[in-house]
Amino acid sequence: MTIAPGARGKIGRKKAEHAELLAPRELRGIIETVLRLAKSTGVAETEVHVDEVADALTRFANNAIHQNVFERVVTVSIRTVNGGRTARATTNRLDEDSLLATIEASLSLAHSEPRDPRLLPMPGKQRYRPVNRFVQATAALTPEDRARAVRLACDLAAKKGQVAAGIFSSGQSQTAVGNSRGLFATYCETHSQFSITMQEDPAASWAKADFADVREIHPQKLAERASEKAHLAVKTQELAPGRYTVILEPAAVLDLVGFLFYDFAATAVQDKRSCLNNRMGKQLFGKNISIRDDVFHPLQKGAPFDGEGMPRQKVLLVDCGVPKNLVYSRASAKTARRKPTGHGFALPNEYGEAPMNLVFSGGDSSVEKMLASTDRGLLVTRLWYIREVDPYEKVMTGMTRDGLFLVENGTVTGAVKNFRFNQSLIEMLKKVELMSPAVRATGEESFEMVVPAMMVRDFHFSEVTKF
Amino acid sequence: MWDLCTYALETAKLRGASYGDVRLMHLRQRDLTTKNGQVGTLAQGESIGIGVRVLANGTWGFASTDRLTREGVAACAAQAVSIAKASALAKRSNVVLAPENAYVDSWQSPFRKDPFEIPVETQLALLLAADGEMRKVKGVTLTETSMQFRKIDSWFASSIGSRIHQRKVISGCGIGATSFQGDEIQKRSYPNSFGGQHALEGYELVESLDLMKHAPVIADEAAALHAAEQCPEKFGTLILAGNQLGLQIHESIGHPIELDRVLGQEANFAGTSFLTLDQLNKLKYASSIVNVVADARLDHGRGLGTFAYDDEGVPAQCTDIIKDGTFRGYLSNRETARLIGLERSSGTMRTESWNRLPIIRMTNVSLVPGTWDYDDLLADTADGILMDTNRSWSIDDRRYQFQFSTEIGWEINGGKKVRMLKNPSYSGITTEFWNSCDAICKFDYWTLWGTPNCGKGQPMQTMGTGHGAAPARFRKVRIGTAFSKQ
Repeated sequence: MTIAPGARGKIGRKKAEHAELLAPRELRGIIETVLRLAKSTGVAETEVHVDEVADALTRFANNAIHQNVFERVVTVSIRTVNGGRTARATTNRLDEDSLLATIEASLSLAHSEPRDPRLLPMPGKQRYRPVNRFVQATAALTPEDRARAVRLACDLAAKKGQVAAGIFSSGQSQTAVGNSRGLFATYCETHSQFSITMQEDPAASWAKADFADVREIHPQKLAERASEKAHLAVKTQELAPGRYTVILEPAAVLDLVGFLFYDFAATAVQDKRSCLNNRMGKQLFGKNISIRDDVFHPLQKGAPFDGEGMPRQKVLLVDCGVPKNLVYSRASAKTARRKPTGHGFALPNEYGEAPMNLVFSGGDSSVEKMLASTDRGLLVTRLWYIREVDPYEKVMTGMTRDGLFLVENGTVTGAVKNFRFNQSLIEMLKKVELMSPAVRATGEESFEMVVPAMMVRDFHFSEVTKF
Repeated sequence: MWDLCTYALETAKLRGASYGDVRLMHLRQRDLTTKNGQVGTLAQGESIGIGVRVLANGTWGFASTDRLTREGVAACAAQAVSIAKASALAKRSNVVLAPENAYVDSWQSPFRKDPFEIPVETQLALLLAADGEMRKVKGVTLTETSMQFRKIDSWFASSIGSRIHQRKVISGCGIGATSFQGDEIQKRSYPNSFGGQHALEGYELVESLDLMKHAPVIADEAAALHAAEQCPEKFGTLILAGNQLGLQIHESIGHPIELDRVLGQEANFAGTSFLTLDQLNKLKYASSIVNVVADARLDHGRGLGTFAYDDEGVPAQCTDIIKDGTFRGYLSNRETARLIGLERSSGTMRTESWNRLPIIRMTNVSLVPGTWDYDDLLADTADGILMDTNRSWSIDDRRYQFQFSTEIGWEINGGKKVRMLKNPSYSGITTEFWNSCDAICKFDYWTLWGTPNCGKGQPMQTMGTGHGAAPARFRKVRIGTAFSKQ
């Protein structure tokens, strides 16, 4: 892809090069202004979040750009605590009058509720391990850069007699949290995505990548991969529903297992809405499954602190198939007499916390090796419209999409009409036979994770659709 | 506000835009929740900014900013034009819009009680009381309640001369009881799942729901579901309660009629549609008793899809979607209407906020009421299952094959509800399902349900849509698939 002149090789955040975002002193200045105004109105404790995004997205369909957008937003969110009561008010107006009105709105809301004896005082100053995910090459990407890359992908589609649709996005964001007890944390990152669907009537296939550094995204390679698979999928046969050995590409794994991780919130277990109730410490999954939450992993993104500004800890969630640990906000940690892990959402909320930086241990196989070892099975590109059917057995339903292929005697022999699945995630993770090394994967149903491709036996397809 | 809108349009024109429209919006929101007798979320917020959409060199560009100064909106407009010109680097043809008149108007959605004027203490007291009623029931392990209120002001201006101000007040409220026993989690919600009922109404919506009456009922049901029989697997007669039928309409009629999907513009994310252009006025979508409209007019009701003008400046309309069972119409905008030769947009361009591009969205896509009394419908059903309140929903990316499960089911035998069933589900192919409809209840049982969480577009936008529905009956439906152990 084409990168803006002068951008290549400059990785790291430099003040003069990110004019779109507020300077660090401006960010801090907003927080200090709010804390000063709140103190002058007699608020006992105040917490301020400042979030800023400058995002652009180029969207294409029918081999042409049809939408092309840019947004810039700064949001200030203020939580006050007075007399054991807390509430939050948010604005995107940064003048002092508006900030003062927002403080007063928060106070007024809090005044309306009963006193909460379990409300904790705000945390004090914390120490954070730094992470650097701001890449100047991404921040410098222009609409013209994105349009040229899209043009190449569309030209490829036209040359192959196909129709391309997708997005190429890039942007930068920063977040800061500070409170009246001296806590202050800040984080900025860049992000970029390229996603493409190649359609060759009546088939389609898909490829997508997501990285902080746009130079790790190769739009033309993604377009070629989607194009080849779409061509392979033109002629389909219909198979009977049933249990099949499946090879799930990383995006399919990600979108499916993503629904499991809200159950690792201590609050979900305390509320008895988690599938891990009565199952912690037991051999729930196969012994080859180990999963941790690790915001510092080199393939991860996201702030190294949570909604209260607590530092995120690495947490081993599943060790050799046994759920070992949950993640804790300060409140759920106090209830459970544990230490907070830095995974809490901004207060007040009823959900508590969740792990957001999942890393699977993976294996040493590959999709190619999985194919070679399969007598009869299905290769799954992507899953779609996944929803929870049974919250305790964690049965999920959804569809295959954009390329479902029959594998016979070690090779792909053709395409298959799409299936609906009804599959327990718990049962699935007991039946993982092979895994590739974990990679940064991106889909559409869950947030990005570091997951492997998986070969799973007895995956349950319940019905077939018409294409 | 109008000065900034006008200045943005003038700047866009000076920079080379052949068409432009702007939406300056001020959104206010209040969210209240309780959980297990304690206040959960207690928050309110506002967001104000402007979005500028332009055509330049025959292609679209959009930029938005919250810097509401003349310099800020001018820079935003210039950026929109610059982006449009970049779009032209990958252009296939020039965008041409279907003709539309200019309008100068101001409109406010009707409401009796401004929810932002009702004391938060009053609102929380009601939620906590309902929460408390549910917690009295043995076996209930989690209770949740919520209220959500929004007030949206939008100032729309376009280069053809429209100047339209609209104010919408939206309210939502719901309660839920969850019971965990053994190896099973069961839940009941009222009046609907996923946040309850939502409508273009004031606080009168909350007062009409009578939470205190229904809280113990759903709590009892949540606890009782554990002992209920499992919904059987079979092909049989299905009766859908209005709240579930609303979502069935949303997924299997509302989405496939979106013309941007039909024309491939959503192929990468939301998907496409089986309703290709050759199906219009030909496809036997449903049985002859089925009539569906997309109606954004206030006459249709105060739904989440009700407005006076869409976010492209087109007046609210009523469009026949299914007439006597035959497929008759799409949801369109000015661009797609022109592409398929329609004289005019059907007025369905909607945006989540000032920083999002308007896209084709459902308005109120509703099933026209039928002729049946509800009691007569049950009495006329010898053997069937009644399913109420959605639990899960899924449909393929061309909108053929779907599966839904609901929180609760009731076996109908000999014309009577004879016993509760747990884990009900059904599945099917869209047109086969709608062609199996043989009875629809009359207007007395019809509710304009609100779906507040419809996601579409890249970047993702969440939109509220309306779906009028009365209970209806379907024959030879596949039941029980979701929990099949085969």
